[in-house]
Amino acid sequence: MTNEAIKEYITAKAPTATYDETGEWLNILVESTHFKSLATILNGQPMQMNFLFCLTCVDYTTHLTMVYHMTATKDRNMNIVIKTNLDRANPIIETVSDIWRTAEFHEREVFEMFGVQFANHPDLRRLILEEETAIAVDETKEAVVETKGYWPLRKDFEDPINMIKL
Amino acid sequence: MELNENIAGNPPFPGIIHETPGGGIVVSTFDSVINWARSNSLWPLSFATSCCGIEMMSTASAKYDFSRFGFEVARASPRQADVIIIAGTIVNKMAPVLKRLYDQMADPKYVIAMGACAISGGPFFYNTYSVVKGADHVIPVDVYIPGCPPRPEALLHSLISLQEKIKMGMTRDQIRQEFKTS
Amino acid sequence: MYNQTEIIKDTTDLGPDGELVINIGPQHPATHGVLHLVVTLNGETIKKIEPHLGYIHRSIEKMCERLSYRQFIYVTSRMDYLSSHINNTACALLIEKGMQIEVPERAKVVRTILNELTRIASHELWIGAMAMDLGAFTPFFYAFRERELITDIMEDTCGARLTMNYIVPGGLMYDIHPNFQTKVKAFVKQFKEKVTEYEDLVTGNVIFQSRTKGVGVLTAEDAISYGCTGPVARASGVSCDMRKIAPYDAYDRVEFDEVIETAGDSFARYIVRIKEMNQSIRIIEQLIDNIPEGEFVGKTKNVLKLNKGEFYQRVETARGEFGVYIVSEGGTTPYRIKFRSPGFSNLSVLDHIAKGSKIGDLMASMGTLDLVIPDIDR
Repeated sequence: MTNEAIKEYITAKAPTATYDETGEWLNILVESTHFKSLATILNGQPMQMNFLFCLTCVDYTTHLTMVYHMTATKDRNMNIVIKTNLDRANPIIETVSDIWRTAEFHEREVFEMFGVQFANHPDLRRLILEEETAIAVDETKEAVVETKGYWPLRKDFEDPINMIKL
Repeated sequence: MELNENIAGNPPFPGIIHETPGGGIVVSTFDSVINWARSNSLWPLSFATSCCGIEMMSTASAKYDFSRFGFEVARASPRQADVIIIAGTIVNKMAPVLKRLYDQMADPKYVIAMGACAISGGPFFYNTYSVVKGADHVIPVDVYIPGCPPRPEALLHSLISLQEKIKMGMTRDQIRQEFKTS
Repeated sequence: MYNQTEIIKDTTDLGPDGELVINIGPQHPATHGVLHLVVTLNGETIKKIEPHLGYIHRSIEKMCERLSYRQFIYVTSRMDYLSSHINNTACALLIEKGMQIEVPERAKVVRTILNELTRIASHELWIGAMAMDLGAFTPFFYAFRERELITDIMEDTCGARLTMNYIVPGGLMYDIHPNFQTKVKAFVKQFKEKVTEYEDLVTGNVIFQSRTKGVGVLTAEDAISYGCTGPVARASGVSCDMRKIAPYDAYDRVEFDEVIETAGDSFARYIVRIKEMNQSIRIIEQLIDNIPEGEFVGKTKNVLKLNKGEFYQRVETARGEFGVYIVSEGGTTPYRIKFRSPGFSNLSVLDHIAKGSKIGDLMASMGTLDLVIPDIDR
């Protein structure tokens, strides 16, 4: 499907999406509340984007942005990038691990590096860093208590003991 | 250092040989025979964390063989090993594991730090929050091998230096005293 | 601190449904690196596997935010150190795409040849290590015999044996050694004679076949859903070779087949890699006689600056699809860099394929997944 056809299809289903074609692939920016429904639509017919190949997060100092790269195995030239903006103080987003199983590990890594809470994730724990470096975060699914957590890839991260700056 | 020169020019077996008809008698001291036996049969513990592990595997294979020096039997269990070759970066999560392995080894035990990462953190020294800047923050090290990764010949050279160090028969503090006075 | 795992969960229930939790790793003789698996067993049957990662997490993504665009390429050599040229090529291609740098033909062809040699060397080491996991010690030495020939070629041309910092944005760092062509041709000739030895030693062996056939079956839908790429997915019937989907360097002018098997078990993954080695030899043979003359590096400035924007580049390493994602704010260092490593997704499928099998089968499955742990932890 060409970019125009994709844009028409998605605007029909999710009217609030904005598009950005300056990069190599089509970028779609949606609200975090509409994200899960858009992901479910993309995974189903007729687009069948069943291969999520990169899930990450970028910290712009005023907000966090989740970035999802996906493609379809039946049409490998169709690559889409979905972005959602999250609030820095309270970043919560719906998990997509029930749609694409690869998201389980990727979301755990984003959780421990940036502090993003994924609602309804089957097993949200630290994957790579040690358990004690995390200061306890309230695990209620609705809201996150604001504590100063150990989130290494954020831009305001300070670790004077371990990190020698150049 | 005169002791070093003695070791380097030594005959293969430590001792003085007296020729007598019907064979010969070798006279030696217990310490030098025990040190000779220990140095020629060190069994390494297979402990490879990252890239230097591949160069250690290359040294174990047929082109640069380290079994000609007695290191052939690489044990998997620390209880049966004599020398631990730290090949690779040590990070904060791995440091307690390394300490536990070192504690489980039986005396006399030796440590070789292979590669820039094990000596001082290497290329991962600046701006990292999880790397231990040198394996000697965790366990005491006998021989350091620079390189990223060091060539197999460099690892062989360090194994020979370790053998010479064992034949000298001194503890770490005694060696430090020797180097201070000479 | 390293926690003691509970040895026996519930001492009142040691009957036929009782559970035993054991650790495999982080220090173990299967030389994949430091992988810690917490395995829940019932007798010898596996009920659940949980990988614990992070024993070689060197915080590379944070570190690269302070390195310039010429410096961060060589950190990627140390991530997946068995495909170091291919990782460097991914970073160089991304910078060339972002800054519109022209790469001369000679550099493209030599890069392709070096990539394929690296792929063969990685598969050689994989055969040696996997056979050693299953108890066969001899293929290890045979595999290293070939690998030493390749590292010899690399040492003459690039200067180092394992982490060869030779590929720069724009082409190559310096010209190839005069002996490069003769040595590569001699290697190709010897490899073709000796590869039948692997068939005799390992593939036809009855014990090896019964340990790997039908073990660790992965269906195509699961492979796509779990994000598997590389030989793991190709053995389940998924066509995912980045060299065919989005060709880079000189791959658009050589002929080679993409090796696909449909069985999805460990034996299929083994056969895929052996056939891939033969395809790599085919690519090298097509290119080695016609290396074009000319410059070996394009014109670049000394200090590189990417424009503001986002860039993504994918390549096919020996393990699967490696992706580099850079968000740039126009400076001399990247604002955010993310490496999409193939091992991360391939590891997540281990729990799925090893449930219900025995510990011996776990070793066969893990061996054929071909994991390099520094690639996973970054």
